[in-house]
Amino acid sequence: MNTIKPKHQRLVLALVALAALVGAALLAIWGLRSQASYFYVPQELVASPPAPDRAVRLGGMVEQGSLKTEADGVTISFVVGDGKARVPVRFKGIVPSLFVEGSGVVAEGKRAADGTFVADNLLAKHDEKYVPREMQDMTAEQAKQVVAETR
Amino acid sequence: MIAEFGLAALWLAAALAALQLLAGSLALTPRGAGLAAVVRPVAVVQGLLGLVAFVALIVLFCETDLSVKLVAMNSHSAKPFIYKLAGAWGNHEGSMLLWVTVMGLSGGFLALVEKRLPEPTMLATLAGQAFVSLGFYAFLLLSSNPFERLSPVPAEGQGLNPLLQDIGLAFHPPTLYLGYVGLSVAFSFAIGALVTREVGPAFARAMRPWVLGAWIFLTLGITAGSYWAYYELGWGGWWFWDPVENASLMPWLAATALLHSASVLAARNALRAWTIMLGVVAFSMSMVGTFLVRSGILTSVHAFAVDPERGSFILALLAINIGGALTLFGLRAATVTEGERFAPVSREGALVFNNVMLSATLGIVLFGTLYPLAAEAMGAKVSVGPPYFNPMSAIFVAPMLIVLAVGPLLRWRRDTFARVSGSVALPALLAAAAAVGVAFWTQAGLLPMLGLVLAAGLALASLLPLRGRGLRRTPLAVWGMVMAHFGVAVALGGMASDSAFSVEKLVASRVGETTAVGPWQVRLDRIEPVAGQNWTAMEARLFVSYRGGAPIAAFPQSRSFWTPPQQTSESALITRWNGQLYTVLGEQSDDGRWQLRLWWKPFVTLIWFGGVLIALGGLLALLGRVSSDLRRLIAREKIADRRQRQGR
Repeated sequence: MNTIKPKHQRLVLALVALAALVGAALLAIWGLRSQASYFYVPQELVASPPAPDRAVRLGGMVEQGSLKTEADGVTISFVVGDGKARVPVRFKGIVPSLFVEGSGVVAEGKRAADGTFVADNLLAKHDEKYVPREMQDMTAEQAKQVVAETR
Repeated sequence: MIAEFGLAALWLAAALAALQLLAGSLALTPRGAGLAAVVRPVAVVQGLLGLVAFVALIVLFCETDLSVKLVAMNSHSAKPFIYKLAGAWGNHEGSMLLWVTVMGLSGGFLALVEKRLPEPTMLATLAGQAFVSLGFYAFLLLSSNPFERLSPVPAEGQGLNPLLQDIGLAFHPPTLYLGYVGLSVAFSFAIGALVTREVGPAFARAMRPWVLGAWIFLTLGITAGSYWAYYELGWGGWWFWDPVENASLMPWLAATALLHSASVLAARNALRAWTIMLGVVAFSMSMVGTFLVRSGILTSVHAFAVDPERGSFILALLAINIGGALTLFGLRAATVTEGERFAPVSREGALVFNNVMLSATLGIVLFGTLYPLAAEAMGAKVSVGPPYFNPMSAIFVAPMLIVLAVGPLLRWRRDTFARVSGSVALPALLAAAAAVGVAFWTQAGLLPMLGLVLAAGLALASLLPLRGRGLRRTPLAVWGMVMAHFGVAVALGGMASDSAFSVEKLVASRVGETTAVGPWQVRLDRIEPVAGQNWTAMEARLFVSYRGGAPIAAFPQSRSFWTPPQQTSESALITRWNGQLYTVLGEQSDDGRWQLRLWWKPFVTLIWFGGVLIALGGLLALLGRVSSDLRRLIAREKIADRRQRQGR
């Protein structure tokens, strides 16, 4: 194999690097389109449900009186509402501290065929200092209304 | 008084940085040559003043001086001493002060020891370092003053986020910062070399120890951070592709690429412009990371303050530094003369391939990390997680690891695959055997299987560069390379094993009940309340036995802190040579049962052992390089000395 002419070598290297980076960028865009998980409030989830196998996040208030623990002791179900729509949620796992009825929650998971939201992770409002980002926004936009209606 | 003293030291340090920039720049002009003598001492004093300010802040935190706003906001008199100390950098202002301190000290150390480079390049480098520091001094003094007083003085402080009250915190941020900021020296070297157009092996040799040092600290910081997240968060995972984790991974990827391209430049005088570019990119990634973490646009334990002004300030710094460096690069890159040539199949060729793959991986991580921010700016809230990052990065990492197995065996300049095919036959065979093994015996996913196969092949291949060498006469740098590459295989094996073979069990258990998880029997023996200095907890005593062996006790806790009020779960880990049992205590259900979450994670510890091996490999290489540089320096001085005497 011959060494390449000096002028060409730099050009070839630059082109190889460029091609790889453009490839990475295109791949990233494709991957992000298919894999990024969108944030929904109950109203949006009911109005325009995502595809069943698509991972999304659902944020809202845990409705009073809706929290139930199933017989195995580790599966819970509750209803997340935003005053306009209600979504039943199932979660198997250890709930975060400060996860109680009437407080805000962000559930990560998928929407099952029967309309239940199957969560594999729950993020709860911790305290005034550490609030999940979506919930901050929600407090501004909807919380007043939500709290008024869920009370 | 101490607060004012610290603030004064900080202002003085900033003024000296300005002087260093001015004198360094002017000394490059023919008229200002007299100023050259000033630059090095100023750099040293500036670093020391930064240290004084940082020590002042530590003293304030140790005394819990609540008249200082930062202390009142982030500390509490009832906190254990070690966390009072660590609390000094467990917040936004303190951590930025640590940043500039490390940056100043790096500049000072550089000014003291680096004598090999031509003086103009050194002056330009130190001026570059001062320029970058100056931006961060301004940020600290104008929008994040750590010494601000509070009036009236509160009776008690607000405490530190309990998640951060862990021994890991005491060392995790300083380690990472040494890495981040160490890269600023590589950045300044790149600027200096661009200004004087002196890009060559000498430049690469001067830069390499700094890149190596920074890279070692980054490796350790990432490894420690990963282990911290693993046992502290109680989720059983060791990497979450959290933006904050990515913020430390991106500079690491760039620094890894830079390390290897600097080696090519030092040994073969090739890849000149590319190395400069990576020097700029590596520190840029550190700053992007800092922006992501410190601007408060992310939610995590790292986002201390949500303050748009600070975010804009860091963004402006980023734009000035990166934009300026890239402009300089654009103007000067064409005048950097072409390096030595090499064939595609050669050591250089393999290193170029790995550099490009690392850069592509960096691009994937960068896109995934920034995408939610871009989407949010356009009104959509998204998050990006493992379903994106895992396969996308694997596309570039897998080919890189294959080349990593072969590359170190290739000769510089020109080689053939036929010559090395005999050597790599054995690792390839091992990988093939592993492939058959995992395909028949496990139901793991594609990525874990691929990981196991690559780990097996690479573990053996990474040792091959030692073959045929007298082990005593093998240079330290080669040992370092072998160890680091072996560490990559070890870590990869741990990651793949964890995702392929982990067993998880989530149960609600009564006291006295036994649960099986993998080869373990776990009996919930009792639950009782316990208390610490600033928390109370429910603690479970579990008796666990491995394959019917003698029971061992484990004590997972569910902790409640009161300053600030928050609950955390303290997992309990039982470590064996072949893996870890991970236990978490949850809540009590209405019928009196306790939630237990149990994992058996075979060989998971290899992940962090591998990380430590990689860092140790870096350390060996650093020692080898520094000692051979020293020897060369001494030899040169002897020759110069002899010439002088003969001349007389």
